[in-house]
Amino acid sequence: MSSASAKKLRPKYLSLPALLFEIRLPLPGWISILHRISGALLVFPFAAWLLYLLDSSLASEAGFERIRTHYLQLPLVKLGLLVFIWAYCHHFCAGVRFLLLDLNRGIELRQARFSSFIVLFVSLALTAYFGAKLW
Amino acid sequence: MVNRVITGAHYGMRDWLAQRITAVIMAAYSLIVVVVVTLNSPLKYEGWKALFSQGAMRVATLIFALSLAWHAWVGVRDILMDYIKLDGLRLALQVLTLLLIASYVGWTIQVLWR
Repeated sequence: MSSASAKKLRPKYLSLPALLFEIRLPLPGWISILHRISGALLVFPFAAWLLYLLDSSLASEAGFERIRTHYLQLPLVKLGLLVFIWAYCHHFCAGVRFLLLDLNRGIELRQARFSSFIVLFVSLALTAYFGAKLW
Repeated sequence: MVNRVITGAHYGMRDWLAQRITAVIMAAYSLIVVVVVTLNSPLKYEGWKALFSQGAMRVATLIFALSLAWHAWVGVRDILMDYIKLDGLRLALQVLTLLLIASYVGWTIQVLWR
C-alpha cells in the first residue's frame, strides 16, 4: 500500500506563475533566500571584481588614481558597487542572525519575524549610507 | 566487520562548523577594514599601499581569503546540490567552482606579495 502511494505521481504546483504570484514567503523566508542569492553573487562576480580593484589600486599610483577618478565614476560601475554593498551587508546581517539562531537566540516566531525585519532594514540602511559616501 | 558505522563520518558537522567559524573570521576582518579605511579617509595611494605593506595586514587578508574560500565552497556546493539534479552537470559545476575559488586564493597571494 505504501509502495503504491509512493509511486503515485503527486501534482506539483511549482509553475513559474505560482512561484512568482501565488506562493508567499514569510519574511524570514525572504531573508533566507536573499542570503543565498547575495552569497552566490558575492562568490561570482563580486569576489573577482573586488580582487581586480584591489590589484589595480595597489599596483601603482597611476592605477590607484585611474580607479578612483575615472573607473569608480562610471555610472554602471557605481550601480554595480551599490549592488555589491547591498549583497555584502545583507549577507553579513542575515549571517549574524543565523549565528544567533544557532545559539537559540530569538527562535520564537515573533522574535524571528522581528529580527528578519531588522536584517532587511539595517542592510538597506547600510547600503544607503555607504552608497551616499560613494557618490 | 558487521558493526560498521555508516553514519558519523562528520563531513556534515565539519562543514557546518567551518561555515560558521569562517563567517566570524570574515566578519571581524570586515569590521576592522571598514574602521581602518574610515579613520584614514580620504584615502590616498601612499596610505593604501602602506596599509597592505604591513605584515599583519597581509596575513589577516590571507586568512580572510582562505576563510572565504572554504565558506564559499560549502555555500556554493549546497546551492548546486539543491538545484542541479543532473549528476554530470553538478560535478562539472563543482569542479569549476573549486577552480574559481583556488584562482581567487592564488590571485590574492599574488596581489599581497608583489
